[in-house]
This record gives sequence, C-alpha cells and structure tokens, in this order.
Amino acid sequence: MLAESLALSALLFTIGVIGVLTRRNAIILFMCVELMLNAVNLSFVALSKLHGVGGQVFVIFVMSVAAAEAAVGLAIIIAIFRHRQSVNLEDINLLKG
Amino acid sequence: MGNVFVSLLYGFNFYLFGLIAIASALLFVTRKSPVAAALWLVNVMFCLAALYVMLDAQFIGAIQVLVYAGAIMVVFLFVVMLLNLGRGDADSDMRGSVGRIAAGAVGLALLAEVMVLARSRFPEELTLRAAQGLAPVDVTAGVIGPIAGPLFNEYLLAFELTSILLLTAIVGAVLIGKKRVTDAR
Repeated sequence: MLAESLALSALLFTIGVIGVLTRRNAIILFMCVELMLNAVNLSFVALSKLHGVGGQVFVIFVMSVAAAEAAVGLAIIIAIFRHRQSVNLEDINLLKG
Repeated sequence: MGNVFVSLLYGFNFYLFGLIAIASALLFVTRKSPVAAALWLVNVMFCLAALYVMLDAQFIGAIQVLVYAGAIMVVFLFVVMLLNLGRGDADSDMRGSVGRIAAGAVGLALLAEVMVLARSRFPEELTLRAAQGLAPVDVTAGVIGPIAGPLFNEYLLAFELTSILLLTAIVGAVLIGKKRVTDAR
C-alpha cells in the first residue's frame, strides 16, 4: 500500500496548493496549508512502515509545529481583521507599490 | 481463504478512505462558506486517521483525531465564528479565471513532477533502503512504546525545542491577539 499512500499524499498536496493559489480568504488559505501538512504526514507514516518508526516521531513534531502555526496565524488574522474589517487578501495591500 | 478475504477487505477499505479523502479535499477547496470548507477538511482528517491506523500507526491516528480534527480545526471554526464570517461573502472569494487557470497549470505541473519522480530510477546513493538490522517492533511495548523510545532518546533535543516553540507560540498568540491596553490608559 506504499505506492497508493504516496500517490494519495501527492494528490492531497496538489489540492492544497491549488487551494492556496485560487482562494482569497485568509482563513481558508491557512486551512489549505494544514491540508498540505497532512499530506506530507501521510507520506511520513507510509514510509515509516518500511524505514522504522522515526517517521512517526517526525509526524508528532509536524503536528506540534502545525498547532503553533495555527495559533499564531489566527491571532494575526484577528489582529488584521480589527484594522481592516476583512480577511480578504486583496484588502491587505499596505505594502503594495 | 480467510487471509485472502482479509487482504481484499483491507484493500477495499484503503481505496474507500482514499477516495473519500480526495473527494472531501476537492469539496473543501471549492466551498464558498468557510464553515463548510472547515467541516470538509475535518472529514479529510478523519479519513487520514483511518489510513494511519491501516498503515500500523495507531497512535498517530489517535493523535490525528485529537489534535487536528479536535483541536486545530476547532480553533479555525472558533475564529470563523468570532469574526462572523460564517455565511461567506455575497460574491465568491475565488480568484478570476486567470488565477484559476494558473492554479490548475501549477497543480498539473506539480502532479506530473511527482508522478515522474515516482516512476524514475534514482542513483543508488539517493535511494532510501529499507533499514537492514532494524529491531522488530516489540509487541509487548504496545502501540505507544515504540514511538516514545526514540522520541525521548534520539530526538530529545528536538522534543525540548518543540516545547520552547509551543511556549513562544502561546505568548505570541496572546500578545498579538489582545487589544492594546497602552492606548486606553
């Protein structure tokens, strides 16, 4: 089931990339990043069956980094929403020349 | 006979959960409402948890349900509802046709790249070999024991750094998220 897992992981990662490129809502963008992290986790778990349990340990690290990223990222989104009343990325253009 | 049946059932369930995961992921990126998108993403995560269990990573499957589906997605839904974005805008937040075509092209290129990589033969030094003298998984250690061993021995430094990262994230999130009190004083 290794090949199937890796193919599924590649598909999910691609769907996440397409989501990041097509959406403008900052919260949905964050969720697409979570989907990409999940896709990579699936590869780690599938390969850990072949190469020892180190892959699963790495998945735990990825999950804690994802949790930290979600907390800080959503706090930033709330702070931006307070200023702009919007989470649309087109409205956040302060640095646009 | 029984073995063949079990392996057939295993394969069927594997493909079933894989297809549900892909379908949910596609629905997730196309939903307009953030709440609907978040719930489809939760569905993807549950399917991945089932796949982890089928790949002999039961602990990771449980953690996936607890941390991802249970904690991270709840934070997302909480923020969506806190900012009152649940209905989605009147017009979709999708980018225009140029953006969609670009995203489709990048996605296809990425997929083609991965598929070519999966089929190509690498030089011997670059390939991952199945570990040779790897100790067989100790059944008496249960499901968590084999993960806890390396986590608290070989990866101890990374583990401690992760806890510092989480502490920093907590402080940072509170500091960014709270209203400024200096102005009100």
